[in-house]
Amino acid sequence: MTRIVVGPFSRVEGDLEVALEVEEGVVRHARVSSQVYRGFEEILADKAPLDALVIVPRICGICSVAQSSAVASALASVVPVEPPPNGRTAANLMLAAENLADHLTHFYLFFMPDFARPAYSQRHWFEVAQARFEAMRGTGGVEAIGARARFLELMAILGGKWPHTLALQPGGTSRAVQKPEKVQLMLVLREFRRFLEGTLFGDPLERIGELSEMAALWAWRDARPAAASDFRLFLEVARDLDLDRLGRGSDVFMSYGAYHDGQRPHFAAGVFDGALHDLDRTSIAEDGSHAWLKDEAPRHPADGATRPAPEKPGAYTWCKAPRLGGRVVEVGAIARQVVDGHPLLREAVADAGGNVFSRVLARLLELALVVPAMERWVSSFAPGEPFCAPGDVQQRATGVGMVEAARGSLGHWLTVEGGRIARYQIVAPTTWNFSPRDADGKPGPLEQALVGTPVGRGAEDPAVQHVVRSFDPCMVCTVH
Amino acid sequence: MHPINVVWIQSGGCGGCTMSLLCSDVSSLLWTLRGAGVNFLWHPSLSRESGPEALAILEACAAGETPLDVLCVEGAVLCGPNGTGRFHLLSGSGLPMMTWVERLATRASHVVAVGSCAAYGGIPSAGANPADATGLQYDGERPGGLLGESWRGPGGLPVVNVAGCPVHPGWIVETLLALALGNFGADELDQLGRPRFYADQLVHHGCPRNEFYEFKASASKASDLGCLMENMGCKATQAHADCNIRLWNVSGSCLRGGYPCINCTLPGFEEPGHEFARTPKIAGIPTTLPIDMPKAWFLALAALSKSATPRRVRENAVVDRLTVPPTVRPGRK
Repeated sequence: MTRIVVGPFSRVEGDLEVALEVEEGVVRHARVSSQVYRGFEEILADKAPLDALVIVPRICGICSVAQSSAVASALASVVPVEPPPNGRTAANLMLAAENLADHLTHFYLFFMPDFARPAYSQRHWFEVAQARFEAMRGTGGVEAIGARARFLELMAILGGKWPHTLALQPGGTSRAVQKPEKVQLMLVLREFRRFLEGTLFGDPLERIGELSEMAALWAWRDARPAAASDFRLFLEVARDLDLDRLGRGSDVFMSYGAYHDGQRPHFAAGVFDGALHDLDRTSIAEDGSHAWLKDEAPRHPADGATRPAPEKPGAYTWCKAPRLGGRVVEVGAIARQVVDGHPLLREAVADAGGNVFSRVLARLLELALVVPAMERWVSSFAPGEPFCAPGDVQQRATGVGMVEAARGSLGHWLTVEGGRIARYQIVAPTTWNFSPRDADGKPGPLEQALVGTPVGRGAEDPAVQHVVRSFDPCMVCTVH
Repeated sequence: MHPINVVWIQSGGCGGCTMSLLCSDVSSLLWTLRGAGVNFLWHPSLSRESGPEALAILEACAAGETPLDVLCVEGAVLCGPNGTGRFHLLSGSGLPMMTWVERLATRASHVVAVGSCAAYGGIPSAGANPADATGLQYDGERPGGLLGESWRGPGGLPVVNVAGCPVHPGWIVETLLALALGNFGADELDQLGRPRFYADQLVHHGCPRNEFYEFKASASKASDLGCLMENMGCKATQAHADCNIRLWNVSGSCLRGGYPCINCTLPGFEEPGHEFARTPKIAGIPTTLPIDMPKAWFLALAALSKSATPRRVRENAVVDRLTVPPTVRPGRK
């Protein structure tokens, strides 16, 4: 058994180290280590509750609105207040804009550049992959950066700027959209749609969203040449490299439910393990046994604590191990879509579980599914009706904010005593996906997904890179 | 003009300054920067090289084998616990990021602090500052930080503090370009090390709520259209930045988004001594008054302008949409 340490990973958010034990060119054990501790939960202690609206989004510059959404939602029971429909819609749109921008960034800038590595120079698709996706040089990356920048004008209109807006409030949003802004928002969405249809998919979004079985997806693929669009090229690469046989995870998927749509989430909440189950929010517990933290016994985050213990023996990360009723769960676009019941993803997961291919496919599918929903949300704005309801902060309260960030389920649990924050606990998507072992020794999702990965070329083998990036990790959220 | 070699590293921050950079309105951003002589040897969010390849690039710069013209540091330096830097070991290296920053800074012609965390400590240094976060050449308002007050690069500049939380993409793009052009002098930095091309403006300049400000017609709750200074904690009249002249994400700014400026380019902004979105007052008078304005004059003018406020401005200030439009005066033949 040889040991390989891989890090730092470029093209992931934040700093990540992975230690692999390798035998006969294949990973046998993996340990995932989050390397940075800033201590946001300690920073938030004793702050005025509404100050969390400023501090919390700054946990993460790529999931900033998701963090804002979670804190605003948690504070809604501290204020207490119910946002009016316009405010909910504006918050939906901002979160969707960030989530989709992140999916685009992941595909063009983080994930696909690995296929332009010299290791693949003999593959039949390499020339196109290199031209489109070579890191910092490919035409695709450059075009995607431009399209993303234009798309994020949606944040300017609704939230002043991105990242780190203060527009998301417990009672709604601080910028009331009127008729002229509705037109501007629709224009931004139309431009983004044009990019997705023209460049990413090469087909109308509705056509992509309606692909309901794998046979239809492969037929779609066979109907056009490999260079027809970037999605088409991805399918070519995925088939050639068997990306669906790489990086299989725990295959238990969880979603808190994404976006408000009337009284229900637009994408449903639940747990999927081959069958769909209700989400039991009380069965979440964080285990610190392998983290450089005190308090090893698993605790629900409403009762959690974060106290560094950098010299703790046996620990190998700053990340706690969250579990759902003791189970290791995977979160992200794939989890949202299988929980919601999208037939294409259900079939992909039934065939080969969560893997490098199905995770990326789920993100691209969300780009096709959510833009039309955003167009409907913009149409539903009622100019003249309120966007933000006022309220007063209570001296004693508890709050919970559970949202779906690009990378999956994000939860905030807070307690207010004497008008100040007494406790603030955060469990981020990559906390779930990149969790270390728990007290029972069960490895986290990435740790499981890396087992069996070929590493013939050592630390620089692209397979390990693909598996890691298929989760689109956000390490700054993970530990916070 | 030869291209400048740039290494960008991320320490105890959120990555938001890189994300903001990618919102630049420069067309074909990465190509344009390279064409203008900005050569990224390594950027953690963009470069192909991972793991040992990435470490080899950093090591070659730290050892002086590859010339390093500009070191960009994003995020605060985490010095804890007990000065060990253990709260951030650069992955794969086993060494504190603090040590890497020192080694690389020694070799760099210029060091750029990207964002308020790298410049002054920023949000990670708020509250109890659990990770002992500091800026490169400032620890909050105190000169010093990791590199020390007297540090100067071979190019003669102290750390260039492109402060902001996050930075505006234009601030970082123009700083890099100015360094590539070789015409960026110490006199172009203000006394906190910030590039004057944006720090000599106030966020107040170009604020679309200006008429409300003139008449002290103030917002009283989130989403109101009125001036955010009197009640909502807005520091635009004190904050050094051009946010309402150089807009964000094509057309935005904090004030345009309906929320106050929190003066995020200032050392110590993270601990203002009051709630961010509530103006501190003594006897009903804000303690945070516009910069360069004598208090007595401000109070006198405020009282006068309040009494002169047109109905239109007074009523629009406390609602979330224009209810009283400006009077249309018939043209004269």
